[in-house]
Amino acid sequence: MASNHQRSGSNGGGGDGAQRRPPEWADGLKQLYDSVVEEALPDNFKDLLDRLDEMDGGGPSPGSNDNGQGQGRPAPDGRGNPA
Amino acid sequence: MSDTGSPGGSLSPIDKASFKRELTGVVPHLRAFARGLCGRPDLADDLVQETMLKAWAAQDRFEPGTSMRAWTFVILRNAYLTDMRRNRFRGEYDEGVAERILTAPAGQEEPIHLSDLHRALLTLPAERREALLLVGAGGFSYEEAAAICGCAVGTIKSRVGRARAALSEMLANGNIPRRSTDDDIAHRAILEELDTVAAGNGVSSRG
Repeated sequence: MASNHQRSGSNGGGGDGAQRRPPEWADGLKQLYDSVVEEALPDNFKDLLDRLDEMDGGGPSPGSNDNGQGQGRPAPDGRGNPA
Repeated sequence: MSDTGSPGGSLSPIDKASFKRELTGVVPHLRAFARGLCGRPDLADDLVQETMLKAWAAQDRFEPGTSMRAWTFVILRNAYLTDMRRNRFRGEYDEGVAERILTAPAGQEEPIHLSDLHRALLTLPAERREALLLVGAGGFSYEEAAAICGCAVGTIKSRVGRARAALSEMLANGNIPRRSTDDDIAHRAILEELDTVAAGNGVSSRG
């Protein structure tokens, strides 16, 4: 019982049904999306990636990686503070 | 030389750099998708940052040459759904677009505003909203959208179809929740928002 009601003779060609003629507001959906894509990107997003990158030990400038020249770390030795 | 097991340890520096570059490149799209999903720009950006953290931690699992946008959208939608279950995003929409006029269809007196469209979009069930956003705004094919949502292509088609029908009807009839009127839909939206506020998540001042 393949009753084919074709109300507006819409012939998508693929027989998919889901893709009818795009409604008139369809362009607005794209506009909503694109308007955000085109916004200037706040710095905090790039900052976040830079921080993640550095935490992974990448570091922007490879090479200068020697430590332990003389006093590598400041020893927290010395005056203990008796509270 | 203390090697603290870094998460992206197995990637070469070049792979890592290109991963970072690609991820940076899709951030505007993540923001657009997130804002369409959850409405409020600040919450949407939180969601994007959460997504970036997760993507970074999982970068070993990204296959170079595949779509970074699709890959990160999966992460973003999962984060969104998790947050939805915690009731974070209910009844929220962006008023920032309120005055932008979308289009004035022939034979219709009132132009459709982008804000109307956005509000109508946000009344849809989440799975239809995301399907429509992916296909209708993000430009993904049905197949790509199905892969992102982890469901069958036919399911996506059906969701998009229903979402379109619902939006068309709302926009044609002016049946859109609106703050200034007290019809049933607006009333329901306001009640939901009160719930949200009561739960401590609400926006405090408006106008």
